[in-house]
Amino acid sequence: MPRVLVLVAQRIALGCLLLLTISILIFAGTEILPGDVAEAILGRTATPENLENLRRELGLNEPTYVRYFQWLCGMFQGDLGSALSSGADISEAVGYRLKNTLFLAAFASVLSIPLAILLGLIAVRYKNRFFDKLISALTLAAISLPEFFIGYVLILLFGVQLAWLPTVSIVGEDMSIGQRLTVTILPGVTLSLVVLAHMMRMTRAAILNVIEAAYIETAELKGLGKFSVIYKHALPNALSPIVNVVTLNMAYLIVGVVVVEVVFVYPGMGQYFVDHVAKRDVPVVQACGLIFAAIYILLNLVADIISILSNPRLAHPK
Amino acid sequence: MPEYLLEIRNLQVSVPDMRGNHQLPGAVIVRDVSASLEKGKVLGLIGESGAGKSTIGLSSLGYGRGRVTITGGEIILNGRNILHQDRAGLNAMRGKEVCYVAQSAAAGFNPSKRLIDQTIEATLKHKLMSRREAIARAKDIYRALSLPEADRIGDRYPHQVSGGQLQRVMTAMALCSNPDLIIFDEPTTALDVTTQIDVLASIKAVIKRFGVAAIYITHDLAVVAQIADQIMVLKDGCMVEIGTTRQVIEAPREKYTKALLSIRSIEHEEQAPDDDPILQLENVTASYGSTPTVLNEVSCELSRGQTLALVGESGSGKSTLARVVTGLLAPDTGVVSFNGQPLSALIAQRSKDELRRIQMINQMADTAMNPRHTVRKIIARPIQFYFGKQGSALSQEVELLIEKIGLETDQADRYPAELSGGQRQRVCIARALAARPDVIICDEVTSALDPLVGDEIIRLLLNLQKEESIAFLFITHDLATVKSIADSVAVMHKGKLVRYGVKSKVLSPPFDDYTDLLLSSIPEMTPGWLETILANRKMEAAGH
Repeated sequence: MPRVLVLVAQRIALGCLLLLTISILIFAGTEILPGDVAEAILGRTATPENLENLRRELGLNEPTYVRYFQWLCGMFQGDLGSALSSGADISEAVGYRLKNTLFLAAFASVLSIPLAILLGLIAVRYKNRFFDKLISALTLAAISLPEFFIGYVLILLFGVQLAWLPTVSIVGEDMSIGQRLTVTILPGVTLSLVVLAHMMRMTRAAILNVIEAAYIETAELKGLGKFSVIYKHALPNALSPIVNVVTLNMAYLIVGVVVVEVVFVYPGMGQYFVDHVAKRDVPVVQACGLIFAAIYILLNLVADIISILSNPRLAHPK
Repeated sequence: MPEYLLEIRNLQVSVPDMRGNHQLPGAVIVRDVSASLEKGKVLGLIGESGAGKSTIGLSSLGYGRGRVTITGGEIILNGRNILHQDRAGLNAMRGKEVCYVAQSAAAGFNPSKRLIDQTIEATLKHKLMSRREAIARAKDIYRALSLPEADRIGDRYPHQVSGGQLQRVMTAMALCSNPDLIIFDEPTTALDVTTQIDVLASIKAVIKRFGVAAIYITHDLAVVAQIADQIMVLKDGCMVEIGTTRQVIEAPREKYTKALLSIRSIEHEEQAPDDDPILQLENVTASYGSTPTVLNEVSCELSRGQTLALVGESGSGKSTLARVVTGLLAPDTGVVSFNGQPLSALIAQRSKDELRRIQMINQMADTAMNPRHTVRKIIARPIQFYFGKQGSALSQEVELLIEKIGLETDQADRYPAELSGGQRQRVCIARALAARPDVIICDEVTSALDPLVGDEIIRLLLNLQKEESIAFLFITHDLATVKSIADSVAVMHKGKLVRYGVKSKVLSPPFDDYTDLLLSSIPEMTPGWLETILANRKMEAAGH
């Protein structure tokens, strides 16, 4: 079998193993918290008898490993159980929320990734000149400001003063794609500003790393313009570190956007997750934890595979 | 007066400091160089490193590496002064009227693009042909350069073809846009001699066939003698002399040119091996993990106070043999004996005394030394480690060694970066000597140095051998060096010893095929040598 396939298969197998390990950690973590679900449900009304009854009803008296496998099997079948606090089906709630989160993340990615790479290329083209310093300063300022601050400034500007866009971003199932996009603009732009600097700076650094190579000189001596040298000859050889940072930021967009969701009242996974942590709703926390882990691992897997495929020595063996 | 394609008049090139000031002393790296080149002719630039050859070559494209800038004179190509062109004007000329062939094709090609796309890139950029026409032309040139599978080699990536082929593809890349002038910057320096001769022949053939003019840069006078019509000798950024190839080779005017012509002419009287060798290899076979064997049943002996030269091309297993002797790599089978006693296979199992008695000098002196240690510290380390000397006894011995290798004692507190390449190699020699070894393994110790400096290192080694009676295991790809230093010679090819014995026997006929190929591939100064040797080979091939 070609070496590249072996490497990719290895990465996928490792990803699965990692996911399994994390599922154990999540389950064990919620298990060692003081008190159990029955106590949480009954709260002050708990007496030894009805605690015992509820535990039997919920199957909490089974050994830990049995409950782990039941939970894991449920997860794989798409049955995430039901929330303790409301009794609602978790799969249904998560389905709706995850879709919103992915939509927002996709919006922000489409906006920020090409922009970050383009700005990185421009920064290299005008290295140490005015443009480079301006881009660096602006993106650094954007990453240094807290996201809620950027969010509120945007709301103030475009939502209140100019009144171009809605100030809250509640999305419903019955919205058209156009309506959805309109309400997503402000949170999407906020998130883009947050992730832009990291990706742009990595693009700049990775390209500067290969720009000293002899083949860049070869390209320049063919009479190619400065920008096409960077774009055609430097970028393809600097892809691997850039892709890694890009996917890391995409993972952040999916997993870590609680603050922005709260600011814009956007019904995404982050808010849902935090709400249920506060309610000590263990099944929801477990389900969300596993979904976040899976997304993180999947994106990093994609980054690894792209790195492997972008290495000509691996992709085109002798 | 003939119409010149390229005229360089009083060229001055400088490296300005960070603020752009180029008036500082030492900033000027090329001064007052003038030359002219007719259409279809070849000008050879020759000199040692730092002579400004590449700088002049790149100046003809209006290009300077890093902060290097052209600060005076004129460069006129096709009637236009390059120095008056702006960036767009230069880009219009580069890759169309003048092309560049880099020293290391392996580094000069973009690793993630197919060869054909890189070959035709300049042609398409300048809109000289359609893509289809450009590909057809590229394949034509591949064929003219006798590349194998000319129709398909372009589909490969740079790492998928050999060094010699890559260098020819790079020549094709330069020819593809049909330029008037090509700058060849040491195109064969990184190649083995047997590969060099083929690449040289094909470059010469296409220059003639496509009628292109060339500037051919090299440090090897014998190579340039084969290809150039005119030769310019450079030293420290200044022109030493310029003349037709025949005149420069046969009747050099300047002392420096004469010195260049007489390199590698050191004579060394061979000694007969004795019965009690200091180092002995018996049927050594070695490999790296699961790879095929790199050394195959190698047996040879090194006599006390003598030199065994190990010759072969890259990949022949020379350096692997050094790794086995030093104990860095355990052989699969076979024994290495020192002083009649078998040595442990790995370095960790050898005694301190055994370690002391076999020392090593590497090819790259600058990476073989800690850049943050002074010369004194570098040389003192083995004395402290093996003999436990301290204080004034230590510094006395260090200074003695520094004198012995021909440096000044006031250079003792310098760092390696403050020394020249030759001086650095001398420090490495002193470090090896400091352990008072019986055997020193010299791994390509002169190949990173300029020929004249390399000759001095050889002389130093020969003197030290006479004084201290040290045996050298001398690894090299350069047969000329072998003649100057060896008592015995072992020729390696693909991990096997193809020829082994005293120098006078190994280097005289009748030869086996490989040694013959190797010996006949060493370029000679005589103009026309290349044609003669190729014609001979053709006749032999027809005769067989």
